[in-house]
Amino acid sequence: MFHIVKKEKLSDAVLLFEIEAKDIAKKAKAGNFFVLRINEQGERIPLTIADYDRDKGTITTVFQKMGKTTHQLGELNEGDYITDVIGPLGVPSHIENFGKVVCVGGGVGIAPTYPIARALKEAGNTVVSIIGARMKDLIFWEDRMRGVSDELIIVTDDGSYGRKAVVTVPLEEQLREGNGVALVYAIGPAIMMKFVCVTTRKYNVKTIVSLNSIMVDATGMCGACRVEVGSETKFACVDGPEFDGHIVDFDLLMSRQRMYLNEEKIAFDRYKEQAGVK
Amino acid sequence: MMEEKKPKNRIRMREQEPLVRARNFVEVPYGYTPEEAIEEASRCLNCSKPACRTGCPVSIDIPSFIKLVKEGRFIEAAWKIKEENAMPAVCGRVCPQEIQCESMCILGKKGEPVAIGNLERFVADYERDKGEIQVPERPKPSGRKVAIIGSGPGGLSCSADLIKSGHRVTLFEALHKPGGVLIYGIPEFRLPKVIVEKEVDYIKKLGVEVRMNAVIGNLFTIDELLNEHGYDACFIAIGAGLPMFMGIPGENFNGVYSANEFLTRANLMKAYLFPEYDTPIKKGKSVAVFGGGNVAIDSARVAMRLGAEKVYLIYRRSEAEMPARKAEVHHAHEEGIDFMLLTNPLRFIDDGKGNVAAVECIRMELGEPDASGRRKPVPVKGSEFRLEIDVAIPAIGTRSNTLLTQNMPDLFLNKRGYIIADHETGMTSKPGVFAGGDIVTGSATVILAMGAGRKAAKGINDYLKWKFWDTGKLG
Repeated sequence: MFHIVKKEKLSDAVLLFEIEAKDIAKKAKAGNFFVLRINEQGERIPLTIADYDRDKGTITTVFQKMGKTTHQLGELNEGDYITDVIGPLGVPSHIENFGKVVCVGGGVGIAPTYPIARALKEAGNTVVSIIGARMKDLIFWEDRMRGVSDELIIVTDDGSYGRKAVVTVPLEEQLREGNGVALVYAIGPAIMMKFVCVTTRKYNVKTIVSLNSIMVDATGMCGACRVEVGSETKFACVDGPEFDGHIVDFDLLMSRQRMYLNEEKIAFDRYKEQAGVK
Repeated sequence: MMEEKKPKNRIRMREQEPLVRARNFVEVPYGYTPEEAIEEASRCLNCSKPACRTGCPVSIDIPSFIKLVKEGRFIEAAWKIKEENAMPAVCGRVCPQEIQCESMCILGKKGEPVAIGNLERFVADYERDKGEIQVPERPKPSGRKVAIIGSGPGGLSCSADLIKSGHRVTLFEALHKPGGVLIYGIPEFRLPKVIVEKEVDYIKKLGVEVRMNAVIGNLFTIDELLNEHGYDACFIAIGAGLPMFMGIPGENFNGVYSANEFLTRANLMKAYLFPEYDTPIKKGKSVAVFGGGNVAIDSARVAMRLGAEKVYLIYRRSEAEMPARKAEVHHAHEEGIDFMLLTNPLRFIDDGKGNVAAVECIRMELGEPDASGRRKPVPVKGSEFRLEIDVAIPAIGTRSNTLLTQNMPDLFLNKRGYIIADHETGMTSKPGVFAGGDIVTGSATVILAMGAGRKAAKGINDYLKWKFWDTGKLG
């Protein structure tokens, strides 16, 4: 059982949990993720490790309430326990001094972008961060991101905060200025990562994306998370989750993410009904 | 010696009706009654040189336990087995006895061999139902600590032996439930999960500490276990793991599952109870399973139980070449699985939205024998045809999972990524580290992994005594 030591509401739909997991905290690196299972009936879902505190022995995750499991998770409070927490999983980010790096975080993707931007900054890179969301309410960790970036650009789709733009607009400006962007990191919804890659390909700037495919065991055993990278099938859980975005088949990723839409609806409707009965 | 006339045929276990059981997840056979068990045990000739025992990978004293059954001393019979095998309820169900102990039985020369597996299963179930699980006394502590990586059959049997030698034993499991393939792979109707849980409980009662959710390699490395956590030796029994795909177009369409994924969803995550349980699974109307092993048969039978109207088992050779157990092939036939033999898939076709809708296949015929000694299937020109399906399950085997081994340069692997280990002792190239089961041999059986676990336990005991490491034989 894993203790939730802190819960923070970042917006109506986005929550932060700090979970006691001493051994995972000791090993976690930027780019890792973990899997949790709320209870005996629960499914295993992968979530990002947005931060870790090796002294306190905790990991921090940020998630958006989407379907049944994430809503149910959101009902848990400080002091509650999660049955299973497994990690750290995935290959950590490759960090070195590349020169100038642009980090793009979209929606809840801002959370896993943070430790990567921090690690890049610590490695001596000049870090320009672009964070974006549909509206102001969904932007979080502005302070944290500013703390690890040389420049922070905020955009919202509706213009309710920062610039009214999608992330690719300021990204393209950065690339066009020709001031030597060596690498782009992009984490967010698949569609955002796809268009980030469309943009960076024009300027031939290497782009790393972190793929959020459906997983079960997340240790390579099942292959639920398979993605096509450079027309080769890869397992996002053990080969990734980070890949060269220019050769990722995002359409396949998005199609596979939709595989259980019907089942997700059934589970969520049932959950809402039961929660309503209470 | 007794000279009474023996009945020729063995006592059959009663089973659920095929068409009823094909729609539920309850275990297929009901098991023997005490009377049936005694009657079956009475067929044993109690040979002076029991060949059956030589056919058992863990050398169970088969004649002695059968004699106890004959005398109605069922609990003692269970204990007799447990001297050599900590998990008789599992082995009685999933061991391929027909090619092991039972194949050596003298009665088999003229008629049917003694149903050793059925009797093993009976006494284990009897002991469990009576709640008289006997736990041997704890031995004197040796002061040594051993880490076992992987709680499948190899890890469980190794733990059971080592704890009896007085060592402290920690069993690390990456998943949230212990049992490995017994939990995620073999379906409920063939091996009820409550039985696995009970067998693991027994191992815990012996004193083994079981630690779930521990992905060794990521959470702790083997070096950390040995150097920082105070373990004197490690046994790696992580199984074979990674599913293989067929490498044909369309294999990543929605609805195409590796057998590992399909079975893990159904067994470990209990997706057949969705939405009571949260994990979903596609319940296909028309399902195609590709392969001819036990995993393929299990997948087909699970798909049927999830409510499929049609389940095809597509295999490129003929039934005679199928590696699956005959008994399970027979069960699958009875349950209405459509065996599409001498057939090979060429590509998957989708519905225009990324969901698998059909598979194009080609007929095969058997040519000359290949390296495996089986006649090689060759395609019949112009025999392509299309089969409409909505779920496809390649069950064509596994390859090594290198999650643990990839960062261990001092642990020698073969070309296919399996650990090179001495088959008698489990010793690897790395001092203090032993390995066994599928991660050494590639995919095999539960009992072979258990045998490897027992051998490694002996190897570890010798090592802890003498601290002698000889890897000269590994080459």
